[in-house]
Amino acid sequence: MPILEGEGVTKYFGGLAAVSNVDFHVDQGEVVGLIGPNGAGKTTLFNLITGAFAPTSGMIRFKGENITALKPYQISNRGIGRTFQPVRAFSTMSAFDNVLLGSLFGRSRNISTADARQETMRLLEFVGLEEKQMIPAEALTIGDQKLVEVARALATRPELLLLDEMMAGLNPAEVAQAMELIRRIRNEGITVFLVEHVMEAVMGISHRIMVLHHGEKIAEGIPEEIAKNRTVVEVYLGE
Amino acid sequence: MQFTGKRATYIGLLFLVLVAVAVIPFYTSAYIYIFSTTLFMYAVLAVSWNIFCGSSRYISLGSAAFFGVGIYTAAVLGDAFPLPIVIVLGGLVAFLLALVVGLSTLRLRGIYFAIFTFGFGEFLKHTVRWYEINITSTLSRWVPMTDPVITYYTMLIVLLAALLTSYIIKSSKFGFALQSIGESEEATHHMGVNVTAVKIFFFAISSTFMGLAGAIIAGRWTYINPAIAFNPVISFTVVLMVLVGGIRQMYGPLLGAAILTIIAEVLLTEFTYYYLALYGIILIAVILFLPSGLLGLFARKGVSKSGGILARFR
Amino acid sequence: MSPTLIVDIVITGLIMAGLYSVMAVGLNLQIGISRVLNMSHGEFIMLGAFGAYLLYTLLGINPFVSILIVAPILFVIGFLIYITLFQRLRKRAKSMEMFEMNSLLASFGVLYIIDNIALLAWGSEIRAYTYLANPVNLLGSIFAANRLVILLVAIVVGLALFLFLWRARWGKAGRAVAQDLTSAQLIGVNIDTVLALYFGFGALLAGVAGILISMIYTITPLMGMSYAIIAIVVVVIGGLGNVLGGLLGALILGFIASITMHIDMALQLSVFYAVFMLILLVRPQGVLGKTYG
Repeated sequence: MPILEGEGVTKYFGGLAAVSNVDFHVDQGEVVGLIGPNGAGKTTLFNLITGAFAPTSGMIRFKGENITALKPYQISNRGIGRTFQPVRAFSTMSAFDNVLLGSLFGRSRNISTADARQETMRLLEFVGLEEKQMIPAEALTIGDQKLVEVARALATRPELLLLDEMMAGLNPAEVAQAMELIRRIRNEGITVFLVEHVMEAVMGISHRIMVLHHGEKIAEGIPEEIAKNRTVVEVYLGE
Repeated sequence: MQFTGKRATYIGLLFLVLVAVAVIPFYTSAYIYIFSTTLFMYAVLAVSWNIFCGSSRYISLGSAAFFGVGIYTAAVLGDAFPLPIVIVLGGLVAFLLALVVGLSTLRLRGIYFAIFTFGFGEFLKHTVRWYEINITSTLSRWVPMTDPVITYYTMLIVLLAALLTSYIIKSSKFGFALQSIGESEEATHHMGVNVTAVKIFFFAISSTFMGLAGAIIAGRWTYINPAIAFNPVISFTVVLMVLVGGIRQMYGPLLGAAILTIIAEVLLTEFTYYYLALYGIILIAVILFLPSGLLGLFARKGVSKSGGILARFR
Repeated sequence: MSPTLIVDIVITGLIMAGLYSVMAVGLNLQIGISRVLNMSHGEFIMLGAFGAYLLYTLLGINPFVSILIVAPILFVIGFLIYITLFQRLRKRAKSMEMFEMNSLLASFGVLYIIDNIALLAWGSEIRAYTYLANPVNLLGSIFAANRLVILLVAIVVGLALFLFLWRARWGKAGRAVAQDLTSAQLIGVNIDTVLALYFGFGALLAGVAGILISMIYTITPLMGMSYAIIAIVVVVIGGLGNVLGGLLGALILGFIASITMHIDMALQLSVFYAVFMLILLVRPQGVLGKTYG
């Protein structure tokens, strides 16, 4: 059952189509990967889903509801969380405070501060940052800042989590940890939709992969199919 | 609330200061308490500017606009209503005006927001002047003089209210949200915060105090015209005060206001001919020698040791 | 609407546009290249105006010749101010945004210092002189000769500037820096020199504008802000840093000025600010957009 669907989603910036007539869906409980060369429109698609800006045309539905024209905070309140590329943690605030914000304003609107703080601790432990909770985000490594973003997004209690290039700049050991984290997130019942360039990672954790190129969807299928897809290989080699 | 010895000393000191300040008019010359009123006025402006701009990093150069409408409300109403009502109305008009400005400037950031707010203040000044000349045929207005002691106390009350409001906001979850907006508005928006509503509301709250201060001081300045009411120098002075004092909750803008008002008074009386130049030199020196200037204040703000901004909550 | 009135409005519009373009182009260079939104721009206009006034009333030197004396002096002053103040701010700032804000505020400091010096030197009285005020009949309407000459000077300045920016080595360097600081550095441009140079040019052009203004308006040490505001509005309309946009902005404002002059002079500044705010709301990057990212 699709938790997220998009029909004919298109976005023009000036005369340029960043996303062109893309149909997509993400089923509940899946991990779906979104790949494509730089400039393919992946982050734009994420921005369209989360309401950062509105599509030129097309429709996006979440849990059956049309969310196309909604604002980011409304979409967050309906259960979609996200991380950003490049990282947008609150630099001078501690890791704890970063996550706390998500907890306070996430879906449980009238959460008490004590409960929010408890939830924050739980999430920091979940991503492995409890030792570093007092450190201001700007003093953390990029890898840790991304973890802060994940914890912060999780604090908003999403049913669907959009991860934007979570593994960019991570070393192989960190990539493995990130993959493990995604599996654990999925085990919590959260659907994951991720944009990624690190191929082994995407192939390794996704149930299904979508490929964008110049704003259009050029392929979709299980990782094995995508790896063998000639068009996809050409598109990547050509870059 | 943990009652440590340190906290008790802090509160005790605060209480003493309050008492001292409350009885000043009875024990000092008129010059002192009239000067103190001016100090309180600037403190109100600086503290309230900081409520919104300190956290959100939207630099408003339009304080003169909201301060000015407070003054003008008093000027227009004059005797028609008792003083407390005039003052409240001054604050109300400023609040409503700020809502309008806030709603219009949703997409403006950084320097654009700054110059827009500056332009708005000037627009208001010239439009009011045109209106006064052509429609009401007055160029200046006379506000009935208020007893300076009353002015002193009303300004003090408004200052205390501003400080209290600032404190409440900073320790609330919305103050936290404002700070996050200052760090990354987009991320904050995606974490479920209605940033538009938060921005507009707190910008309006901040401006309300400026309007109240204006309505009060009108009763001392008595002679009002658009150039006096909507004086852009006030907008820069307010920012300068926060620059000097820092954006930390209570004492930052308060300190900055105190220091600069005293310096200004000294400059005006001792160096009347060099007043502007010295003011400019101080402005430049402050910007040059604060490690990273204005936004460096934000960078220096460390993490509270007790585990986050809302550590006060049990 | 009589034909004379139309001619009057159009030609006055062009004259004002010419004047505004000279007033604004210096600021555009300072913003687009030196990256400083210089609020003290008006003070350099004022200094130019006083320069022309003093040279004419004390030494009988006509305003056009005084350009040759005043312009280099103001260039040097601007250059020095950049090196001692804005360059330092730039090197310390952690981000462009911080630098923009700091330099905006610092420029107010410069404004107050220059104003104070001018007040001490010349007092606050209003002064004026007349030069070339002879009436000229153009297409049935009467204009002062100096105003028509201002239009000519504006055109000459505009052409000279375009030639410089597109042909001269320093002009191309300036445009490269406007586009992208890092790339310009990579191709061997001395950033520090260019930034200071163009801040100086901005001051120079402001001085020229001031000289033109002194021919037709009264002057006082505190006149700066009102002209700076017009320059800022022009610059914002056309796009911060965009010289061509500045021309467009000058034309728009020039005609607005001309029209409001015939309706109600006192409303002029309100209208200017209203346009200013409108542009910021509708299209903050200006009609033609910023030249640099």
